[in-house]
Amino acid sequence: MDGFFDIPSDLQHSWLGLIGLHVREAGLPVLAGLLIALPLSQLCVRFRWLYPPVLWVTTVLYAIPSLAFFVVLIDYTGQTELTVMIPLTVYTLVILVPAIVDGVRSVPQETLAAATAMGFGPVRRYIQVQLPIAVPAIIAGLRVATVSSISLVSVGALIGNQGALGNLINDANIYNRPELAVNAVVTMAVLAILADGLLVVVRLLMTPWMPSGARARRADRPEPEPEVAAR
Amino acid sequence: MIRIDSVTKRYPDGTVAVDRLSLEIPDRSITVLVGPSGCGKTTTLRMINRMVEPSEGTILIDGKDSRQQPVNTLRRSMGYVIQNAGLFQHRTIVDNIATVPRMLGWGKEKARTRARELMERVGLDGSLAKRYPYQLSGGQQQRVGVARALAADPPVLLMDEPFSAVDPVVRKGLQDELLRIQDELGKTIVFVTHDIDEAVKIGTMVAVMRTGGKLAQYAPPAELLSSPADAFVEDFLGTDRGIRRLSFFPSAGLRLLTGPVVAVDATAEQIAARDTAEAPYLLVTDVDGKPLGWSEPGQLTAGSVDVGRLLPYGRPFAAGTDSLRAALDCAVLSPTGWAVGVDAEGRVAGVVSQQSIGEAIRGAHARGRTDAPVPDTKVG
Repeated sequence: MDGFFDIPSDLQHSWLGLIGLHVREAGLPVLAGLLIALPLSQLCVRFRWLYPPVLWVTTVLYAIPSLAFFVVLIDYTGQTELTVMIPLTVYTLVILVPAIVDGVRSVPQETLAAATAMGFGPVRRYIQVQLPIAVPAIIAGLRVATVSSISLVSVGALIGNQGALGNLINDANIYNRPELAVNAVVTMAVLAILADGLLVVVRLLMTPWMPSGARARRADRPEPEPEVAAR
Repeated sequence: MIRIDSVTKRYPDGTVAVDRLSLEIPDRSITVLVGPSGCGKTTTLRMINRMVEPSEGTILIDGKDSRQQPVNTLRRSMGYVIQNAGLFQHRTIVDNIATVPRMLGWGKEKARTRARELMERVGLDGSLAKRYPYQLSGGQQQRVGVARALAADPPVLLMDEPFSAVDPVVRKGLQDELLRIQDELGKTIVFVTHDIDEAVKIGTMVAVMRTGGKLAQYAPPAELLSSPADAFVEDFLGTDRGIRRLSFFPSAGLRLLTGPVVAVDATAEQIAARDTAEAPYLLVTDVDGKPLGWSEPGQLTAGSVDVGRLLPYGRPFAAGTDSLRAALDCAVLSPTGWAVGVDAEGRVAGVVSQQSIGEAIRGAHARGRTDAPVPDTKVG
């Protein structure tokens, strides 16, 4: 395992540099995907008929191999990071749109009716009631999208030097240095686990209102007795 | 006053949810809309705050068409309580209650102070303020729902089957609490339920609706029970409406006998002196005058009363404050057929037989007929 972190100079990055590049190329598409998915999902919730065709389109887009995307995109965006990130953004939609739609739809009818009856307009209701309650579902979607994006970035190696840690696998092949491939795979796996863990922490911080396991609930729950004893 | 003026709600598919309904809802009272499912009661309620827009007719609030003001302004002037409370699960209890004041532009602290006041008013412990809805029981959540509706002190409260999803014991508590709060605040409450007992218990006026969104009868509960307008209302009221109607007759006029009451430490002369002409049994009380049980006069020996061998007296009624229904129930429950009336401290005020309760009921009916000469054609 000599030279495990000895990155070939053609990659023009240190190991840490590759990690930074990888995180950026995987993370930005997820963020962009979220920004597209939020309004798109709201449209799907508002106009129910829209949801099946949107789901169909995102699924078909997901089925297009990234190589095919690259062939088309290279004419416009060249051999750049952007060419890698556009397909990755499109791929996240197949996960994020259903996650958000289901999350927003899972808000109980009574809660929505109560909000309307209290004089919430549709926009205020969406931002202050539906989205916050959908946070657990949205983050569940983000976790899958992020992990999948981290692994998919490596295909960027197909169009030259844009695969971040994926290029390390390519170089392992060229220079016959298998340890580089091991490095790439392990680093990507660790990145995926860390990103996933980070999102779990974000979810916990954003949803103090969620029951966190049966034991916590029992400890927190006040005695049910006052209900009757109050009289 | 809320005035519903020949309002119809017709859906695009042709279903008529409410059919030319007219109703005058008096201020500072509880008006109950009751009926089987599909009778349009919830639709009617939702037309008042325009969550459903009427197809025809108008709803006047204090003489003004409800469509004259912006819809969200209208809604913020009416509290709304819904089945299962519909709390915002992502907000603490205090912030749930403070929702409408915050929307009306109150400062955060002022709104929270108000919210804490309301928690007290609806009987919630202040320690629950920082909790989230999932940490509360169903009954507590429903109280939060009521507090939230009252937060901005709206003159009108709309309640859509608010207590249907809680168990009967908690429901009774919530009903009593609502009546108590109403005594203090005097809101104009429109209350929807499918439970006729709930309607009769809490309503000042009860509107019975039938399938198809038609009004079957609009009357005070006592009148509803004594003279249902038609077979549908009669059927909806159930079989024991005669008994239930007794809830509206006070027991104050009952002739309570103190002759057959004797203390446990009474002497033989005292026992012998008891007036047993009218009662076949003697009621034995403890030294404080609280009831212990019935005994046959001959079996009572001074100084050695075996309390364990006395006949049980069932459940006493509060003389003067309970209704004739409670008194009759006590008499029916008691193995001797005599009801025990007690005062506020639980001391025996006197005993009364089923027979004399029956006389009181007949008397009350006779007075009812002269007060409101509605011929009861169902009798006979």
